[in-house]
Amino acid sequence: MWAFINKLRSPKWFYAISARLLPWFWAAALILIVTGAIWGLLFAPADYQQGNSFRIIYVHVPAAFLAQSIFVSLAVTGLVFMVWKIKIADMAATVMAPLGAAMTFIALFSGAVWGVPTWGTWWMWDARLTSMLILLFLYLGVIALRGAFTSRDSASRAASVLAMVGVINIPIIKYSVDWWYTLHQPATFTVTGRAAMPMEMWLPLLIMVLGFYSFFIALTLMRTRSEILRREASKRWVRELAAEAK
Amino acid sequence: MPATDGALTKEVRVACEEPRGGLAVAVWATLKRDLMLLLRRRSEVLNPLVFFAIVITLFPIGISPDPALLAAIAPGLLWVAALLAALLSLDSLFRADYDDGSLEQLLLTPQPLALLALAKVAVHWLLTGLPLALMAPVLGLMLALPAGSYLVLAASLALGSASLSLIGAIGAALTVGLSRGGVLLSLLVLPLYIPVLIFGAGAVQATIFGDGVLAHLAILGALLALALIFAPLAIAASLRISING
Amino acid sequence: MSLRLQGQNLACERDDRWLFQGLNLDIQAGEIVRVEGPNGSGKTTLLKILSGQLADYEGELFWDGRPMREAREVFLSNLLYLGHAPGVKAALTPLENLAWYQALAGQRGGEAACFSALEEVGLAGFEDVPAGQLSAGQQRRVALARLVLAPRPLWVLDEPFTAIDRDGVAALERRLIEHARAGGCVLVTTHHELTPCAELRRIRLGGGGLDAGN
Repeated sequence: MWAFINKLRSPKWFYAISARLLPWFWAAALILIVTGAIWGLLFAPADYQQGNSFRIIYVHVPAAFLAQSIFVSLAVTGLVFMVWKIKIADMAATVMAPLGAAMTFIALFSGAVWGVPTWGTWWMWDARLTSMLILLFLYLGVIALRGAFTSRDSASRAASVLAMVGVINIPIIKYSVDWWYTLHQPATFTVTGRAAMPMEMWLPLLIMVLGFYSFFIALTLMRTRSEILRREASKRWVRELAAEAK
Repeated sequence: MPATDGALTKEVRVACEEPRGGLAVAVWATLKRDLMLLLRRRSEVLNPLVFFAIVITLFPIGISPDPALLAAIAPGLLWVAALLAALLSLDSLFRADYDDGSLEQLLLTPQPLALLALAKVAVHWLLTGLPLALMAPVLGLMLALPAGSYLVLAASLALGSASLSLIGAIGAALTVGLSRGGVLLSLLVLPLYIPVLIFGAGAVQATIFGDGVLAHLAILGALLALALIFAPLAIAASLRISING
Repeated sequence: MSLRLQGQNLACERDDRWLFQGLNLDIQAGEIVRVEGPNGSGKTTLLKILSGQLADYEGELFWDGRPMREAREVFLSNLLYLGHAPGVKAALTPLENLAWYQALAGQRGGEAACFSALEEVGLAGFEDVPAGQLSAGQQRRVALARLVLAPRPLWVLDEPFTAIDRDGVAALERRLIEHARAGGCVLVTTHHELTPCAELRRIRLGGGGLDAGN
């Protein structure tokens, strides 16, 4: 465990190891997303209530999962950065925040599109959509705070603290929004209700979720690698690397 | 400095000492100092209250003077306006101390910074949250808030605004080193205010509909307890970051 | 307990630039250590590290032979730090300002001590004037009164001579020497040339290395 943590201190090691891992994650993402999409969109049975419009869950649900997981990852990398001063963690956090915001936006957008056939409107103050919207604001706050500092070290620390504060609040926000929603709109139809889903429907969903996660990991690795090069540009190993590439 | 020639060799030797207690003294002195500072600049205390009153005046003008309609939305309006008014004064919570260097000194005391920061937050609540809560019933009257919910309005605001001060102070501490942190502060803090708003406004609405007031107030209290545990630590960590910005 | 602040192999990187590296320090009782270097060479940062404000450095700090992490509370109760900003509240009187610092330091009561400290720095008669109405030099003197007020052995002073008039500078210099001779220790940055004396030692920053000598 400690050996691993110490290895993580070296951006050079991470750069080398991530180069080997990257193709596997890209391949997994491609295979899973293509399989899941074809299965889900073409072969899974239509929903008895919503017809074919339910198929948007194959984008909406994975994006929503990822949006929440990425925020948790932000807090974890923030903690790792603050406690062990591992710079890789902060580089990963830097590149993950915009990805998370993008995923949150995709989840919101697909939710809104879904709203048209189900509710007949682009926006409903549905509990899940509202929580998602607040999550988007939290992401924007983290990104804005990081951008506001002139010193990158302070920016990293501040963003880490905010991510940790945010992650403590997310469950509280989620439960209070659920409470608020049930008080104001009892017994309305929720799109992602926990109705029993037939196997042919949720298996492609599971594949899509895994595909989205692989895609996210691959993208984070790739962008962290370029962040490493940017931040370590003055280090010898990066200059040697650049010389080799020429 | 008057010349004290010939006194170059002092008899008194300087000696290292063990830390003394005195946490209570330090916290009390900080409380007293901040109260004194704010009471000397009364406009800073009054501004949020005036802002609260003006915003509440805007709603009937912008929506409709119909008492029935206003009564229906009054709990939410009062809570949102009070929340924004409390937010208004947050930016100055640590800024003056940051600018004149007292914040550095606060960080260098042997006392735990979290508790000293808590004293500052307590003063903020005493002079912002509490007056807003006491003023809210008057504005509620103007919005035709149904009778019987006034006490709950004041109580929920008093309880909730303490959480707001604590959560907001984290944002204030994170942005105190930034020259234009005001707008950013609202962006950081407002999403975190949502649970307090839900249960605060919910408590007033519950009184009107006649159910579950105590549950709402209990949850507000629980939120405050959580904020009391976690916020001072986050505030202290954030202040240490900002001082190095 | 003795007064000894040591730094081993200190290095500080700010946004990918090494302010200093491999800095070894041993500061003991009876010394005035002046940190020198061109603008931006990390003087203030070093003082902040040595006064325990910055945790973002490499190397080890020791107070009285114990690692700083363990000794932090003892260290802080022996430290008096004056930064660029004087830390004086404009809306409070010098007396009230000092009273707060007195309470933070854990010294009870003692308004008489505040009065005599203010008198010592030439602010007799200004005790009850709001500090905002005093000149910049006088505000700085309010901060300097803390040197008299609290008998802390280690003084870390970042540009303490700013805005002080000539008499004040001479008196402050004398005070530093007195403090060192009495067994205290002073760590100082200043653009003002200090009069050479036996207690004075220099640490030079800039150019990456350390050039410690007399």
